[in-house]
Amino acid sequence: MPSFDKEYFNLGYLDTLSYKDTFVHRLDPRIKLVTTFIFILFVVSFPKYEILKMLPFFFFPVFILSVGEIPLKFILKKLLIASPFALFVGIFNPFFDTAAMYNFYGIPISGGWVSYLSIIIKFILTVTAALLLVATTSFPGVCLALKKLKVPNVFVVQLLFLYRYMFVLTAETMRIIRARNMRSFGKKGRGMKTLISIIGVLFVRTVERSERIYQAMCSRGFDGEIRLLTSYKIGFVDISFAITAITVFIIFRGYDVTKTLGELITKT
Amino acid sequence: MHMADALLSPGVGTTFWAGSLGVIGYCAKKLRENINEKMIPLMGILAAFIFAAQMINFTIPGTGSSGHIGGGMILVIILGPYAAFIAVASVLTVQCLFFADGGILALGCNIWNMAVYPCFIAYPLIYAPLTKGNKTPGRIMIASILSVVVALEFGALSVVLQTMFSGKTELPFTTFLVLMLPIHFAIAIGEGFITGGFVNYIRVIKPEVLDVVEGSRAFSVKKVLVSIGIVAIITGGMLSWFASTHPDGLEWSIERVYGKAVLPGYETGIIPDLRDIQEKTAILPDYNFPAGKEEKSEGAADSWPAVNAGTSFSGIIGSLMVLGLVFILGFGINAVKSKRRNMVI
Amino acid sequence: MSHHIIDFKNVHFNYPDGTEALKGVTFRITHGESVGIVGANGAGKSTLIFHMNGYLLPTKGAIIIGDVQLGKTTRNEIRKKVGVVFQDPDDQLFMPTVFDDVSFGPLNMGLTKNRVIERVTEALNTVGCYELKDRPPHHLSSGQKRAVSIATVIAMQPDILVMDEPAASLDPRSRRQLIELLKEFKHTKIIASHDLDLILEVCKRCIVIADGKVRADGLTEELLMDEKLLIENSLELPLSLKGR
Repeated sequence: MPSFDKEYFNLGYLDTLSYKDTFVHRLDPRIKLVTTFIFILFVVSFPKYEILKMLPFFFFPVFILSVGEIPLKFILKKLLIASPFALFVGIFNPFFDTAAMYNFYGIPISGGWVSYLSIIIKFILTVTAALLLVATTSFPGVCLALKKLKVPNVFVVQLLFLYRYMFVLTAETMRIIRARNMRSFGKKGRGMKTLISIIGVLFVRTVERSERIYQAMCSRGFDGEIRLLTSYKIGFVDISFAITAITVFIIFRGYDVTKTLGELITKT
Repeated sequence: MHMADALLSPGVGTTFWAGSLGVIGYCAKKLRENINEKMIPLMGILAAFIFAAQMINFTIPGTGSSGHIGGGMILVIILGPYAAFIAVASVLTVQCLFFADGGILALGCNIWNMAVYPCFIAYPLIYAPLTKGNKTPGRIMIASILSVVVALEFGALSVVLQTMFSGKTELPFTTFLVLMLPIHFAIAIGEGFITGGFVNYIRVIKPEVLDVVEGSRAFSVKKVLVSIGIVAIITGGMLSWFASTHPDGLEWSIERVYGKAVLPGYETGIIPDLRDIQEKTAILPDYNFPAGKEEKSEGAADSWPAVNAGTSFSGIIGSLMVLGLVFILGFGINAVKSKRRNMVI
Repeated sequence: MSHHIIDFKNVHFNYPDGTEALKGVTFRITHGESVGIVGANGAGKSTLIFHMNGYLLPTKGAIIIGDVQLGKTTRNEIRKKVGVVFQDPDDQLFMPTVFDDVSFGPLNMGLTKNRVIERVTEALNTVGCYELKDRPPHHLSSGQKRAVSIATVIAMQPDILVMDEPAASLDPRSRRQLIELLKEFKHTKIIASHDLDLILEVCKRCIVIADGKVRADGLTEELLMDEKLLIENSLELPLSLKGR
């Protein structure tokens, strides 16, 4: 399948997942947003050579994934195609930090490899957390959470419009791209000049659409303000979820669960 | 290039969140003062347009590989700096969530790197002066390419600095810079060419669009410069306060908050519990050393003891508190305003 | 009930580029009527519809809705009386969820929260889409989108319902459901469409326009059987009347 189509359907699939009905999906979006953010802060707060103490933190994505009924395979796939910038920059660590840090049965392991592994783990944890947030919270829910957290209205409304029309416009783009691909052979027809006229056409259609949307808005009494009725309420369950999760983060951050467990097992 | 969570320290991440949220708040205020109703759907749908346009691959001349556009500069030229900033920030937010580009903590950095520079450096200082009163296709092309180059190079430089300040990588500053700047220069030439070509194309086939939003593009260069200067100084200040390579600065600030209990309100709820834990960790100062000592005997762990869990732990608390303060500060005004209405733009 | 009347008096409209889209349109639609507006592409149907709720204002002539003359100051009042369903549901449904979209109009009218919820529930039940209320529009089928578009307008409880190509891009079954739905409405209805069979079923009266002018105005059954008139105006006999 052409890459454009693939991205389009991936986008749609993630969006579809977010409308499931599970315990995690039902949690208040604000709670999920804040908890995820705190989770990420905890993860990146680990020093650069830390590996072991980070591992217990996998409990969080795993919990969300299983309770939220999100297919692991899908998240792994997204993880693989996620922007590899961190991994790219981190790969230089082993070249610059070559002093041995551990001795693994006679094989010296340099600090660079340790810190690279640490980056990889952080990458997995943070990317998964972000993906799981959208997979378990409808995007309008995320926007309303932002709104309730006092993010300026213009920005929230902007996100809502973007969400609404990104599917419409990517579908429209997909039709244009198919038409281009059917009539272009090899590299010809895929250069910059064609791109300019494609985005030009897309742009003109988009502006015309925005005028029609504006008409539709006006005819329903639009006066410059977009009003929403929200029905989200933070309940006992939501608070308990957040407190439990954050307490666990704090415990895992402060006490070396991995080591304690390791010692327990090694002693017996 | 999207900055990533895994390369960031909490201090740098939250600092840039604060900076970017500050600029969002500033733009929101500007737009509220002077918005054409028609702009509301137009901004939203043009962000969706850039989102869709980014998904189109094209062949980069001379290389045979394919790339896609960023589109930030296109939005600024059409929408003006304030609306474009909001629109680009929204595109980055959606990419962060739906494609895991970067990450949630890095989103603050990414908005800074990819929206502030085109909207508040390249457009007011390069594009607008260069095309003022002389909108020939050639000029537009040159102005576009220059602006995109400047915006992208600033962005690349910021990525390098943010990585350096966070201290998770070993790549030396100059090496990293030498890697990043030329790559972004090449990307910027292509993007600039497309931006210029696009603007010229629109000027021929649908010139009226560029006039619809004429009013909202109005800005005073001086004002923009002063405001951006202020935001940059605040951000820079916070950054150096936070991300100084020895964590004492952060430690000290936390100590102060804890020691003097400056904010009595924090005595309730979770903070005292956190402090308990912090005290416990402090009582066990060498709890992570059994392993460390062994390594020392191997003479290879000079950098290891510098890593102190207690310090970074207080880093989290500090970051959280700063974030709290940022929200209180940045949106205090907004809160008062929107309290009046239920859910209003 | 005088406020359900639409009265166009010699309405002219020129677009800024000089195109004369309407050249003296006159007609009067009274309470409870259902009127089809037919005409070729570019005949002026859409321009006519944009006038019905004041998105465009006539360059010459007058439009009276109920007992109010359409003008800049009365526009908002008139928009509460005349609900317009536009051709592309993707333009009509601009909010992130069905509920938010249907509540957009009622909220703008300044109704209380409970009243809004009531209106939304009622409107969605009328079109049989209540269970879709939390879905985003891009998860709906074309037929569902169309039904929800209609709900967004009837939630405002307009006196007059105006629709532009309501059956465009619908599959036969969705089209049939739509026709049955439209037949049930007791509103004054104005439907612009190329779908002459739909007009024949739903509308008693029909106005044929061409080149910005009214060419014929009368009973649908009579006008749509007049092959000569239809062909002159780039139309053709409805399928259901062919071979009769």
